[in-house]
Amino acid sequence: MKLYCLSGHPTLPCNVLKFKSTTIMLDCGLDMTSTLNFLPLPLVQSPRLSNLPGWSLKDGNAFLDKELKECSGHVFVDSVPEFCLPETELIDLSTVDVILISNYHCMMALPYITEHTGFTGTVYATEPTVQIGRLLMEELVNFIERVPKAQSASLWKNKDTQRLLPSPLKDAVEVSTWRRCYTMQEVNSALSKIQLVGYSQKIELFGAVQVTPLSSGYALGSSNWIIQSHYEKVSYVSGSSLLTTHPQPMDQASLKNSDVLILTGLTQIPTANPDGMVGEFCSNLALTVRNGGNVLVPCYPSGVIYDLLECLYQYIDSAGLSSIPFYFISPVANSSLEFSQIFAEWLCHNKQTKVYLPEPPFPHAELIQTNKLKHYPSIHGDFSNDFRQPCVVFTGHPSLRFGDVVHFMELWGKSSLNTVIFTEPDFSYLEALAPYQPLAMKCIYCPIDTRLNFIQVSKLLKEVQPLHVVCPEQYTQPPPAQSHRVDLMIDCQPPAMSYRRAEVLALPFRRRYEKIEIMPELADSLVPMEIKPGISLATVSAVLHTKDNKHVLQPPPRPAQPTGGKKRKRPSDDIPDCKVLKPLLSGSIPVEQFVQTLEKHGFSDIKVEDTAKGHIVLLQEAETLIQIEEDSTHIICDNDEVLRVRLRDLVLKFLQKF
Amino acid sequence: MDPECSRLLPALCAVLVDPRQPVADDTCLEKLLDWFKTVTEAGPSLLLLQENPCLVELLFRVLKAHDPHPRVLSFSLRLAGLFAAQEDCFQYLQQGELLPMLFGEAGPLGGAAWTAPTVRSGWLQGLRSLAQHPSALLFLADCGAVDTIFSLQGDSSLFVASAAGQLLVHILALAMQSPAEGHPSPQGCDWPACAQKIVCHVEDSLHSTATPQVTQALNVLTTTFGHCHGPWTQGLWVRLSPLVACLLEKDPIPASHSLMDLLLSVARSPVGSSDCGLWETLAQTLSHLSPIQAGPLALGILKLQDCPQALKTQAFGVLLQPLACVLKAAAQSPGPPGFPEGATGDSMTVDTFLSSKSACVGLLCQALAHLELLQLLPQRPSPWPQAPLLRAAVAILRFCNGSAAPTSDVGGHLCAVLAGCVRVQRAALDFLGTLSQGTGPQELVTQVFAVLLEYLTSPDSSPTVLKKAFQATLRWLLGSPKAPSCCDLDPHTQLFLRELLPVLRKRLCSPCWEARDSGLEFLTQVTRHWGGQAAFRHALLASEVPELTRQLLRDPESYVRASAVTATGQLSSWGLYTTPTSPEHPEVQQESLFTELLHILSTDSEGFPRRAVMQVFTQWLKDGHADVAEDLEQFVARVLQVASRDLDWEVRAQGLELALVFLEQLLGHPGSRCPYAVALPEAAAPATLAQVLQALCRVQLFEFALRALFDCDRPVAQKSCDLLLFLRAKATPCGGPQEAGASPDVVSVEAALQRWQAGEQGQPLGELEPEAVMAVLRSMDLEGLRGTLAKSSDHIEKSPQSLLQDLLASVGVLGENEADCY
Repeated sequence: MKLYCLSGHPTLPCNVLKFKSTTIMLDCGLDMTSTLNFLPLPLVQSPRLSNLPGWSLKDGNAFLDKELKECSGHVFVDSVPEFCLPETELIDLSTVDVILISNYHCMMALPYITEHTGFTGTVYATEPTVQIGRLLMEELVNFIERVPKAQSASLWKNKDTQRLLPSPLKDAVEVSTWRRCYTMQEVNSALSKIQLVGYSQKIELFGAVQVTPLSSGYALGSSNWIIQSHYEKVSYVSGSSLLTTHPQPMDQASLKNSDVLILTGLTQIPTANPDGMVGEFCSNLALTVRNGGNVLVPCYPSGVIYDLLECLYQYIDSAGLSSIPFYFISPVANSSLEFSQIFAEWLCHNKQTKVYLPEPPFPHAELIQTNKLKHYPSIHGDFSNDFRQPCVVFTGHPSLRFGDVVHFMELWGKSSLNTVIFTEPDFSYLEALAPYQPLAMKCIYCPIDTRLNFIQVSKLLKEVQPLHVVCPEQYTQPPPAQSHRVDLMIDCQPPAMSYRRAEVLALPFRRRYEKIEIMPELADSLVPMEIKPGISLATVSAVLHTKDNKHVLQPPPRPAQPTGGKKRKRPSDDIPDCKVLKPLLSGSIPVEQFVQTLEKHGFSDIKVEDTAKGHIVLLQEAETLIQIEEDSTHIICDNDEVLRVRLRDLVLKFLQKF
Repeated sequence: MDPECSRLLPALCAVLVDPRQPVADDTCLEKLLDWFKTVTEAGPSLLLLQENPCLVELLFRVLKAHDPHPRVLSFSLRLAGLFAAQEDCFQYLQQGELLPMLFGEAGPLGGAAWTAPTVRSGWLQGLRSLAQHPSALLFLADCGAVDTIFSLQGDSSLFVASAAGQLLVHILALAMQSPAEGHPSPQGCDWPACAQKIVCHVEDSLHSTATPQVTQALNVLTTTFGHCHGPWTQGLWVRLSPLVACLLEKDPIPASHSLMDLLLSVARSPVGSSDCGLWETLAQTLSHLSPIQAGPLALGILKLQDCPQALKTQAFGVLLQPLACVLKAAAQSPGPPGFPEGATGDSMTVDTFLSSKSACVGLLCQALAHLELLQLLPQRPSPWPQAPLLRAAVAILRFCNGSAAPTSDVGGHLCAVLAGCVRVQRAALDFLGTLSQGTGPQELVTQVFAVLLEYLTSPDSSPTVLKKAFQATLRWLLGSPKAPSCCDLDPHTQLFLRELLPVLRKRLCSPCWEARDSGLEFLTQVTRHWGGQAAFRHALLASEVPELTRQLLRDPESYVRASAVTATGQLSSWGLYTTPTSPEHPEVQQESLFTELLHILSTDSEGFPRRAVMQVFTQWLKDGHADVAEDLEQFVARVLQVASRDLDWEVRAQGLELALVFLEQLLGHPGSRCPYAVALPEAAAPATLAQVLQALCRVQLFEFALRALFDCDRPVAQKSCDLLLFLRAKATPCGGPQEAGASPDVVSVEAALQRWQAGEQGQPLGELEPEAVMAVLRSMDLEGLRGTLAKSSDHIEKSPQSLLQDLLASVGVLGENEADCY
């Protein structure tokens, strides 16, 4: 059993598991941090961004000045943003049989895999994952396509050139594999390969393994996966949460008794408690608005935003913010808000019960009804008519490189009254802000990451007791910035096996058993014999028939009969030679009784010696040795076949035959 | 006993032994016993028994009953004990052989009833009451009760076991002070047999290998040394201390908790002051026990009045060890001098820290709590290691919030264990707050403020931790020194304030109501103390805090509204509350704070904010707040009018408080004078007095107070009564009774009062003339009313007759039901 690790990002995993002749890809996350090296794509012509000086080498060589621009003391690539794909060379991706998706954040690389690698298999995901994943992809494509950029920079990627560049461009990895964003056609084609599944549904893969999604509690429709055969069980845990937010709670019990547990997608900010961060978010929002400032919240169009809106729903009245407009701007804003309300069966119990009242499960419906929350596909159109300040704007993309957020950063960045509050943990906020410096607006970092923290993981592992744990290497050591925090790593016995990008792990367990069925007529013919209480034995002569990873014992064919019209014998029709089998023996020889029997039969001068493995019975007169061990008995006598047969028969008296 | 009770008693006794009429409620029996106890204490029991033969008969009949109810049996045992406490009565009962039948082996002791814990408990309590005189000792010896008590020490019921232990101590003390024996020598060779027997039993138990037995013996000894101070206790200790010393040598030490209690009990008794060996034993124990066990012993030693300095130093060392360990673990390099020698974080403490999270947290919390207690004691060790303690508290807090960066292994472990531990955070913040009583080097104080600010700022601080952090900050702020040149705050504090106020501002906007509440409480306290400090005023007015506080008057959470009311009241008292003008129409003044608070008082649905408003108004009146002084009468009239309608009695009572303050300001202070003593008219000249009464009528204070006099809540009526008595005493010289006589006014007032008393509160009094009111006041029996109100509401129901009647009635009801059913 092998694990091919195609992504080094612990929360955007992409691994391939080879298990019992199946090849299963676990998630295909897309690392978008690469976009931080690119200049923002302004939605409205920005004089500042369009007149940046080109960058030249120290020796004055300016051949890169079209591709690289200097902005706020940093160097950025002036091109369509590109993403860092999962490793494609480590394994032939056309051999992947299925892809299991655990949540909508972990499927963003799907079109790259399904459309460009010769993939012919099936993708499994839950319905909300597909629908919201589609929204995220649609938003991404829309953000990038609506600001067309003629240029695609490639000179800087040359290895020799890259070495000469300033950090962080110099240290960017695998730049040659970075790709532009996919198109909407590719998205549609990729999504058409997805088969929808429900929690606890058992899906047979070629009869060899069974895969089952389990609720993971992190996002709408998010799942962990169980991959099991009759005797082996692998659990794949990715992006799970034990907090009470909107999704169905995590199913922990089904993860028990795993041979291997692959653990990814833990919280990216282990020191920040989501409750505290929500409090921080609300207080800073209120303070800014109270002073007449605007609040900008760069965010994804789904996920934490639902919880934030719910918190604000409860908070705005108490904080006297009822007259402040909240804007949610995204090409998919409307669909996201509405989708969230229709996936009732994927929600936590509280929200499910609301549906029967009947009430919308999320209170943002009421915010929309009362005009406190308004949503727009973009800043163009209706929004510009309704726009009123001070206000709170939720919009993407959290990287601050594309989307409507770029416009608001340019618009509000100069005033210290305004605040940008980062709630998504995927991007370093300082790097995200780099091209906007110097910035007068206040920046608050309150990342809200509800995924498991290390305390919860250690409790989980204690509870489900897997034999082996496999995780990204980042989880096996404290965070680099807090090397003394030994509590911020996975602590389990035996120690977790770690992986890094482009590594192949041999998983530490061997398959020992395989399940074989016996045909009823064959079973009928068996005559079991009880050799000790509770254990019966029978010899079986049969043909082992193996097809689709199922093994069946069939009755042996009857002696050859004319084969009718068949001209050619297929090799499988060969009839094995049925030799007359020697009976099988079982039981053990009690030495004392054996010696007595020998004496009864006229042997004298018998000596018994104990050895490490059993006994040696010495017939001194006859110069014969009988070596009795646990699994063998040897009679060693010197060319006296009669004596040997006599002794053999005496030995056989103590054993059972069948 | 009064005749009425005597009359009821036979019927009651009959009911008690009637198996068909079980007493459903044993609290009645308890009350009955209490009553008998007062009766026996007040007079001779013998007479009582002779006058009420039904009582002895009750005891006999209970004994003879086939299957008496355990409750009744237990009651009878205790009752007999009460009677037999007096020697003549004891003899009287002995004549009938009643006592052996109750307490001897022929009694319930061997019967089926003995399985009920209440019977065993009654037996012990009966004997406890009975054992008061030498005859009782003989009786105990004859009936072999002591052996039974020994066995009851290990009873499954903790109440029984504990009572058995205490009874042994009581018997021992009785035997030793019995006049018949003279003064026994301390050595013990001539001790009375009973005492010998008990002491031998204790000795045997101390030898035992079973921990429960050792614990029982130690508990008996602890009680003995705690309660008995005769010279014989000295002998007892001489005799038993070697056995105790043997226990200390065992590993592990059995019953270590009880052992420590015993040692401390001995040390506190007169025995302790004369026995040097004891101090050595204590020292030895301290060094043998595990750190978590030694903590309470060390604290006990440090609380002792006179004990050798060396032992105190050792005990203090034990308490400091965990903190020393933390300091060592946190140190980046050998830092400034730490704790005194003996507290250098020994290996046992380190082992405890490393053994498990709960052990580590438990030890730290215990150490912090003990040191906090110790710091407040007058006999706390001197010199007090203030600086290392501060450093340790800061280090713990840094471990807890993950900001420490230790280099040692122990430090790393502590960091992992303590990160986010709310229990330790709370204990450390409390401790840090207590340390504010002392001073420290400036650099350390800066660290203290820095760590407090970290906690106040951190979004991860839980609400309780945040509250403690605010409290500790307040204590440190108020304890900080004033700048030497002027009376204003010192520069460090000013700097800190500038950082603190934005944090407070953010907390006031928190979505968590506990955070908003703690923030407001903090603001109130700081303003109370520093409202006059220019630096504070300047910083506060420059911050948004006052506006936010006003905003919180409309908070959805009632506790927060109440705190906001108190805070705005305080801010306003210091002129720190500026009424904002609306930005769109600067010329339109928004409503004043008084109007806003009055609005809360009349409309808020919760009691807390309304009570807070009344307190603020009372304080404003006392302080002569500008808004109040503007039109004093108008203020009082409006407040009283709203308060009188309030459904919450505390608000009405607070209204009377406000009325009293108003009266005092007009008439002079009641001072230490007895409120209903006749006052001399020097406080106010008659002319002024008339004006005062006119004013009182204008603000309708009389109507408010008279209504309150018939309030259904007793505290309100009491307060009103006091107020009216004060007023009458002050105003008596103004006009005699003949002036107003039976004028129509008086008649109508009296009629209204009668209706109010009957519960018809609807009708107002209307315009009143001062003379009429004073006439009514004079005619009322306010003193009588005050006396009635002073009695608790159940004073009628508490009488013994009522108790007996209740008991009979409850059984009687049962009888009727039976008749109905069959």
